[in-house]
Amino acid sequence: MIGDDFYSSAPARALAARGRTGNVCGYGDYAQDSPPAEIVRADAASRTAVLSELRAGPGNPTERKRASLYDDNAWAVSEGQRWFQAFNCNGCHANGGGCIGPALMDDVWIYGFEPENIRATIIEGRPNGMPSFRGRVTEQQAWEFVAYVRSLGGLLRKDVEPGRSDSTNARLAPQSLQKPRQSE
Amino acid sequence: MSEKLNSALDTAGPQAGRIEDLWWLLFGFCAVVFVAVMAVLVAALVRRRTPDESMEPTYAGQRTALRYVGAGVLATGAILLGFLIASVTTDRGLDEIETGGARVLTITGRQWWWEIRYEDARPDRVVVTANEIHVPVGQPVLLRLRASDVIHSFWVPSLAGKRDLIPGRDTGLWIQANRPGTFQGQCAEFCGYQHAHMRFLVIAQPPAEFDAWLEGQRASAPEPATDEERRGREVFLAGSCVMCHTIRGTAAGSIVGPDLTHLASRQTIAAGARPNTRDHLAAWVADPQRTKPGARMPVPELPPADLQALVTYLRSLR
Amino acid sequence: MKLSPEVKAALHEPATDTEAALLERTWARPRGLAGWLASTDHKEIGRRFVVTAFAFFLLGGVLAALMRLQLSRPELGLLDPDLYNQVFSMHGATMMFLFAVPVMEAMGVYLVPLMIGTRNLAFPRLAAFGYYIYLFGGVMIYVAFAFDTGIETGWFSNVPLAGPEFSPGKRTDFYAQLITFTALSAMVEAVNLIVTILKLRAPGMTLNRMPLFVWAMLVTSFMIVFAMPTVATGSAMLMLDRLVSTQFFNPAEGGDALLWQHLFWFFGHPEVYIIFLPATGMVSAMLVPFTRRAIVGYTPVVLALIATAFAGFGLWVHHMFAAGLPKLGQSFFTAASMLIAIPSGTQIFCWLATLWMGRLRFTTPLLFVLGFLFTFVMGGLTGVMLAAVPFNLQVHDTYFVVAHFHYVLIGGAIFPLFGAFYYWFPKTYGRMLSERLGRWNFALMFAGFQLTFFPMHILGLHGMPRRVYTYPAETGWGGLSLLASIGAGVLGLSVLLFLINVLLALRRPRENPANPWHADGLEWSTTSPPPACNYADLPVVRGRYALWTKGEPTVVTGLRRDRMFVLVTHVLDAQPDHKREMPAPSLWPLLAALATTALFIATIFTPWGVVWGLIPVFVTLVGWFWPKQDES
Repeated sequence: MIGDDFYSSAPARALAARGRTGNVCGYGDYAQDSPPAEIVRADAASRTAVLSELRAGPGNPTERKRASLYDDNAWAVSEGQRWFQAFNCNGCHANGGGCIGPALMDDVWIYGFEPENIRATIIEGRPNGMPSFRGRVTEQQAWEFVAYVRSLGGLLRKDVEPGRSDSTNARLAPQSLQKPRQSE
Repeated sequence: MSEKLNSALDTAGPQAGRIEDLWWLLFGFCAVVFVAVMAVLVAALVRRRTPDESMEPTYAGQRTALRYVGAGVLATGAILLGFLIASVTTDRGLDEIETGGARVLTITGRQWWWEIRYEDARPDRVVVTANEIHVPVGQPVLLRLRASDVIHSFWVPSLAGKRDLIPGRDTGLWIQANRPGTFQGQCAEFCGYQHAHMRFLVIAQPPAEFDAWLEGQRASAPEPATDEERRGREVFLAGSCVMCHTIRGTAAGSIVGPDLTHLASRQTIAAGARPNTRDHLAAWVADPQRTKPGARMPVPELPPADLQALVTYLRSLR
Repeated sequence: MKLSPEVKAALHEPATDTEAALLERTWARPRGLAGWLASTDHKEIGRRFVVTAFAFFLLGGVLAALMRLQLSRPELGLLDPDLYNQVFSMHGATMMFLFAVPVMEAMGVYLVPLMIGTRNLAFPRLAAFGYYIYLFGGVMIYVAFAFDTGIETGWFSNVPLAGPEFSPGKRTDFYAQLITFTALSAMVEAVNLIVTILKLRAPGMTLNRMPLFVWAMLVTSFMIVFAMPTVATGSAMLMLDRLVSTQFFNPAEGGDALLWQHLFWFFGHPEVYIIFLPATGMVSAMLVPFTRRAIVGYTPVVLALIATAFAGFGLWVHHMFAAGLPKLGQSFFTAASMLIAIPSGTQIFCWLATLWMGRLRFTTPLLFVLGFLFTFVMGGLTGVMLAAVPFNLQVHDTYFVVAHFHYVLIGGAIFPLFGAFYYWFPKTYGRMLSERLGRWNFALMFAGFQLTFFPMHILGLHGMPRRVYTYPAETGWGGLSLLASIGAGVLGLSVLLFLINVLLALRRPRENPANPWHADGLEWSTTSPPPACNYADLPVVRGRYALWTKGEPTVVTGLRRDRMFVLVTHVLDAQPDHKREMPAPSLWPLLAALATTALFIATIFTPWGVVWGLIPVFVTLVGWFWPKQDES
């Protein structure tokens, strides 16, 4: 099932077809693309709080402000890329393409794409294999991770996204991508 | 602390010694040439001429003057030829080193520290350390130089010329110390924020002492003896330190940052940025960004009691 | 020189006053802001160019002062490492890309048409375009610097540090585009100068009679044409790597980090000769009136210029001796690097002979020439030392090298440049600079320079690497560093004195001395400042030292005075060939430069900038080259 996202698999879709869409894994309506495209656009276009239908994670104002500092800082995103490689996130997320873990480069965000959602994912861990890094990464590192993961999903400005890394490249750099791909 | 030699003119090894000889040869001839040329210039300025206020230009005297110009050019050519021969001879001489059975070290330059690896045919006898190289006196050591990120340059002036560490290719350098001592080295190719604090030490010891040191480095980290040290180890293993550092003999095995197994046996910390004392170590661990802004080590946010215990544990890693 | 009978017959009758006034009106540009922006007068462009370059020199000097302040004491925390990295990188890029080459080009743009007896450069609008491109590139990088996006990886920006992974953000992209701007500007002016020098010389000025400064500019321009494309290619590859994920410099995917160094230094070494050779031309020009004799060894000097230019392209690996390249190859570059001391030495010996056999007049320009000789010879000798690989391995990338290149660049190019400023200021502005202030200027500059840079030789030998934002006290580098910083202060003071001298002179009324130095060059035969048409009558040259040749001055007649005509002559012996009409002042160069600037800056942010940005450039070029209706 390499490349398959468990949560887009046949069982989940079958449930959705029967109207059982409520909070299968903490997200929301599985009958449609997630997140809805207009929310992605609105979020990318402005840094102001976007009221959304997402139910995952609180919208903590302090955390949101902190996130935008990192989101707008090319160095922080680049540091996030470095931690991503150093701490072997590739082992499950394969440079963003996903393998054991879900793809990070597409527009499926199981637990939400807001910065505080992603931070919660990293700090608390998630079911089915995402470890908790609480106490293992510092706050600064966590936010740098968040910024990088958001860049993988195409949610940051182009001039802040990291370029290709100086290693064997199995994928294009985020800057070369036009928009998030649907994983299939 | 012993004196750390750091000068191309204060040499302790055959490589640097040959280069120093070449330097004095070049300097001597160049100084003579410079003095001669300046003497001609000064003489040209002050030599007596019949006073002449007219603005009529002179054209005469070209031919004679050109003979002197020609002589000057020939002399220049001869001296340069001599320099070329001296340079090539010295260059060849740098390779004339008895290398059979020489110890091999793999040095990997990272932003902004040096990973030192003593190679051995038996993998269990390989030693990994950081920022401090020990060598036996009188024996050549082959350095295999690699870079993991950007270009660095390995330079210990009292022992040898420098060699760049270039990602994607291995370079090599022979060094040999002919007398015991401590020799300062530094990165000599701009490599980012903390290029200024990417230094290292080469410590030359008599062969017996060196062997003893290497044996000590091979051992795993000593077990904590006191409660505070045990607590410190717990803080290390439960916190963010374990994500980047190795302490052999514990569960910490990450290779992102320097190997800390025998941290307390080194003279400096943070790649030569600070002496290895309790206070400096505590300051470094508590806020690496204050000592080395931009360094790859994040601020760990430890409560004071945990920090003290951690430092005590680290100081026990002899 | 063989003249046809018709031409011989016409070589009489200088212009009357009304004819001169008509000529002046023809060549003068329109008044007002639009006219100022549209100017194609090489003198106006040259003045702007020099003033702009000097402004960048002052900015670079301020950056240097910040560096020296930070390094005056160990562990001084004035600048954090990020800011220091930007400061030293901006200092290097400003001095090398925005000052040293442009100011030499600028002196050429101003002086060459005057020295060869013609009315303008061969491509006046191209000259304006080259200036505007240079100005906009310089403004771009300083605006970027003000927004904390300045260059941060050094003036030669080694990869992989300057690559996409280790230099996040746009800083290095601005660096790469700065190279594009300045390379384009330099190439454009170089082509202009080559064609001007080869085709627009006054009748009778055979190559053998050309002033040595003009020879130097010709040789330099050829060097620019061959060297600049390499660095522009390298910087384009760097931008591609950073912005569209090419792998030119990524070893993991088959690229090579050393490729950047080869491409850069293949340009970088000729670059320093591009800076140095025009200065040698200035020295040759200034020695003539102040020794009151012809230069000894005109032909050897010309051959030395050409030999330096050729040999200069064969030295570049000496910047990479520590990179572990094969030894036999390195020895070749050692030999070549030492060999180039021979043509340089030839020039120096010829100058020494000229001084020996001359009857000296100790004016400020001559003082600068003497300072140049002392400093450049020392710098050249440390250069010969650096050519030896083993020694290079000790002092490469240390303050020894910093000392060396400042000796050869400041000693070899800036001292002659300041002398040239004193020498040609009366011609440009119609007043003399104060000789008294000039002596103080020289003395402070010379003393300040030696105090700043001589200790750096020792610092380098004692282990101090380049580009460190601080150093520990235990290294013992504090004392000499402090001395160097004090010297930098003295050097700064001397530049201030020069500025004061200039400002005071500009406030004095014009005296308009045509030839205050009793010099020999053609430019001294016209008024100070020269009229828009340069010469009321185009001169005919009968000797190497035009104004010192005996006999009645001969002039060219037969060119219309109501249209902008110049006389085009043959390349070797300057026989008149045909006449050519020069284009009128035009705003298209400015518009094309703006469009090109927009193109270059847009490509920093998006690859689509190449596509959309080319459209306005195309439009402005169409406007520029729109054929004029022939009004005959």
